[in-house]
Amino acid sequence: MTLRKYRQADWEEPLIFELGREDRVGFDVPSLEPELIDAVADITEFVPSGMLRTKPAGLPEVSEIEVLRHFIHLSQMNYGVSSGIIYPLGSCTMKYNPVVNEVLAGHPKMTEVHPEQDESSVQGMLEFLYKLKSGFLEVTGMDDGTLQPAAGAHGEYTGILLIRAYHEDHGELDSRTEIIIPDSAHGTNPASAIMAGYKTVEVPSNEDGGVDLGALKSVVGPQTAGLMLTNPNTLGIFDENIAEIAAIIHEVGGLMYYDGANLNAVMGKCRPGDMGFDVVHVNLHKTFSTPHGGGGPGSGPVGVKALLADYLPVPDIVESDGIYSLSYDKPKTIGKVHGYHGNTNVMLKAYTYMLSLGGEGLKEASELAVLNSNYVAYKLKELRGLSLPFGEGKWRMHEAVLSAAEMEADTGVRALNVSKKLLDYGIHAPTTYFPLIVPEALMVEPTETEPIEALDEFIEAVKEISELAYSDPEEVMNAPKNTTIGKLDEAKAAHPKTICLSWRTYCTMAP
Amino acid sequence: MEKPHPYLPNSAPDVKEKMMDDIGIKSIDELYSDVPEELLYTGTLDIPGPYTEWEVRREVSGILEKNTSLLCPPFLGGGVWPHYVPVVVDEIIHRAEFLTSYTPYQPEITQGMLQVIFEYQSLLCELVGMEVGNASMYDWASALGEAARMTSRLTRKSTFLVPSIISPSRLAVLKSYAEPAGIKTVQVDYDKTTGLLDVEDLKENMDDDTAGVYIENPSYLGFIEENVEDIAEVAHDSKALFVVGVDPISLGLIKPPGEYGADLVIGEGQPLGNHMNYGGPLLGLFACKSDPKMIRQMPGRLIGLTEALDRPKRGFTMTLQTREQHIRREKATSNICSNQALCAAAGAVYLSLMGPQGMKELSEVVASRARYAIRRINNLPGVRAPIFSSFHFKEFTVRFSGITVEEVNRGLLDRQLHGGKSLVNEFPDLDETALYCVTELHTKKDIDLLVSSLAEVLEG
Repeated sequence: MTLRKYRQADWEEPLIFELGREDRVGFDVPSLEPELIDAVADITEFVPSGMLRTKPAGLPEVSEIEVLRHFIHLSQMNYGVSSGIIYPLGSCTMKYNPVVNEVLAGHPKMTEVHPEQDESSVQGMLEFLYKLKSGFLEVTGMDDGTLQPAAGAHGEYTGILLIRAYHEDHGELDSRTEIIIPDSAHGTNPASAIMAGYKTVEVPSNEDGGVDLGALKSVVGPQTAGLMLTNPNTLGIFDENIAEIAAIIHEVGGLMYYDGANLNAVMGKCRPGDMGFDVVHVNLHKTFSTPHGGGGPGSGPVGVKALLADYLPVPDIVESDGIYSLSYDKPKTIGKVHGYHGNTNVMLKAYTYMLSLGGEGLKEASELAVLNSNYVAYKLKELRGLSLPFGEGKWRMHEAVLSAAEMEADTGVRALNVSKKLLDYGIHAPTTYFPLIVPEALMVEPTETEPIEALDEFIEAVKEISELAYSDPEEVMNAPKNTTIGKLDEAKAAHPKTICLSWRTYCTMAP
Repeated sequence: MEKPHPYLPNSAPDVKEKMMDDIGIKSIDELYSDVPEELLYTGTLDIPGPYTEWEVRREVSGILEKNTSLLCPPFLGGGVWPHYVPVVVDEIIHRAEFLTSYTPYQPEITQGMLQVIFEYQSLLCELVGMEVGNASMYDWASALGEAARMTSRLTRKSTFLVPSIISPSRLAVLKSYAEPAGIKTVQVDYDKTTGLLDVEDLKENMDDDTAGVYIENPSYLGFIEENVEDIAEVAHDSKALFVVGVDPISLGLIKPPGEYGADLVIGEGQPLGNHMNYGGPLLGLFACKSDPKMIRQMPGRLIGLTEALDRPKRGFTMTLQTREQHIRREKATSNICSNQALCAAAGAVYLSLMGPQGMKELSEVVASRARYAIRRINNLPGVRAPIFSSFHFKEFTVRFSGITVEEVNRGLLDRQLHGGKSLVNEFPDLDETALYCVTELHTKKDIDLLVSSLAEVLEG
């Protein structure tokens, strides 16, 4: 296979503030009718003294075409799933974001609806939300849930608040102070637990990458509020001891939290609800194909077993005789975590995706995600300098974590360098240095939507990089060269004397 | 499934077989051999489909069509508002390079999004009068929760003062964020005539434990808070931080919080180029002063301007990531990971299109239309608008007598108009009062139609 010669655009694009000139406008504000002006006179006269803005905002003055070109240029200096070749970013599930989802999400009866509208005027909205919730509860095997959380971490926080409310209701708020988290967990897990007022206790992984049962038994007790776990875990390995783990936690009165980041491996194959989990969040922007948008918006609905249902946020969407309504009847609710109902527009995309695949299709998506990841892992681990640590002989699920430790020892080329060199082939980098328990980690998640040709192109690129590492390591370490810009001065970006987070600050800095 | 699905390229039998052959398996089930048998799900998920593209469009549009058609945008505000979204905004945020990209952790290949967010941060700062903006929070409500926690971290104190006139939803979210951190939320009284924050009551509530004082401008009920400098002084005298929540559309007309002593500015960025979408996704604004101590305590992502290492070329990167969960884990300033980046991008395009003149004009047009609506509605028999004497920006209270808000709204809905939000449950002291909102999208004709319809409804 011949690898392509990629070259990313570099428009040397100025900042928007450096474009345009005085009195230019990019948008014509709808004007007032003359009769209305006659009726209200000059509005500035009525603003209380001292509260009138006297200096216009220091915004740029740019025409429509200049704005359009500026941002299109910038878009061409960016890399997306639909515009790239393959985006094997582990843990992020960068699957194809179907176009039909976007088209439906742009429907005016989706976009132009206000969240405080009377229930009778938003029956369509409530219907799809209700059905989406039923769908995600079916996939996860839970009894009830909420759609409010705007992202995965937001879902985690909500889930931990539910656990907290449960213990509080059982008179154990003050005694149950600890959340147990494996050392392979996402950083959001400990951060969410701490935000909810808990201490975190880390448990090590065993040689299969699963939770070390002995270590777990030694830390549980009456102080345990719960355990946060993702299964399959961040190594892409299914923890076969899950039933025992759940039993250990439940025996001491703790609750089981499922981080749904890796749900894409198991849809229709097994369900967190059946594994013993009491609360789960799902990332619609991973498993249910909604776009990541350069960092968001996502959506992180939470599902619970019946024992936590009383504490769910309000309002709940309920149905009776085909009429949907919002119910606030939850005396023990934790309250609210979002100003309204969550990222509803994102949810419409997820609902569209669900229907596009159906129950059978979701299962096949998971199976193919797992097949793709094993195919890639199987070929990559044979390459010089790479290995597949933990879980010797075990199949991977949706993702696999390779180690470039041997390459680093042999040649000085690190996982980071491999990642950066991949960019030169027009391939997005895997996740690096995560999970923390794998040295020189390269976390690869191809997803089910990548054709075998894209997988092979990725594998071939890694192969060429591995060979290059052993023949000309400098060449790898100097990457990337074909991207808009090469390596950046991260120290300057963060140093108190040179940090620049806005145009305003930039203007005050010496050239 | 019987035939290959368009989203699943390797579902074609020959490809699937080749891949299975390569890794040495005969059946996909072998890959799931680590899942204990009793945990394997043997049923079929009860989810309709698979639907073809045409079928799914029919199905989902059919559901959405059940939402009522209105003759003009609803007269609703309170934290999400009907404003016009210029077509260029949607054109840009639908670019696949932005829409389908991940967080820019690899800066070399994502300079585009990084620059967009840097520009968003910069434009936000210009609008609100601050020096540092973050890359976005989920919404105004969660930004408020994070702001309370930030003031507590910075001052090592744990009481947060908020106005009594505040959106109950926003207050509920604030409590969800504050209580687990041991932060107590206290509500300050308001002047019954003007609605303005009661500065004397504020002073009485200030003590050694006050971490922050929060106001909203415009307030939840639409009036402009005037005693801002006094409030800032009271807060700063006690070494508490002054936090201001804004509707950014007001800032073409109203003085920005940076000019009256705010330490932190938050707000709802939805009207900056984002559709209402039944309340999400929104855009939590979050900005502070250029104080290293404050910046270190900021939640969320920050994009910084820097240089390439190999040549003198400007570049952008995520910075101060040591505040964030993926590096700092349990010591992070917040757990936020995914944010509302694309909504922030919409905000950047919007503010670039509007410019200083556009924002000024828009602000004036909105306030003028609201003033016109207030005068017309207030002339209706048995109706008072607004109930407070202060200057209102685009939202205002309307109090009815002899008829309930519910009856009024039902009457309006029958006429394909959506009235204001009922405040009957939220503020029982205000009797039968609703919160109306008028924007640039409500023409004189729309407002006149509202008024004549209200008159009809009132007559019964």
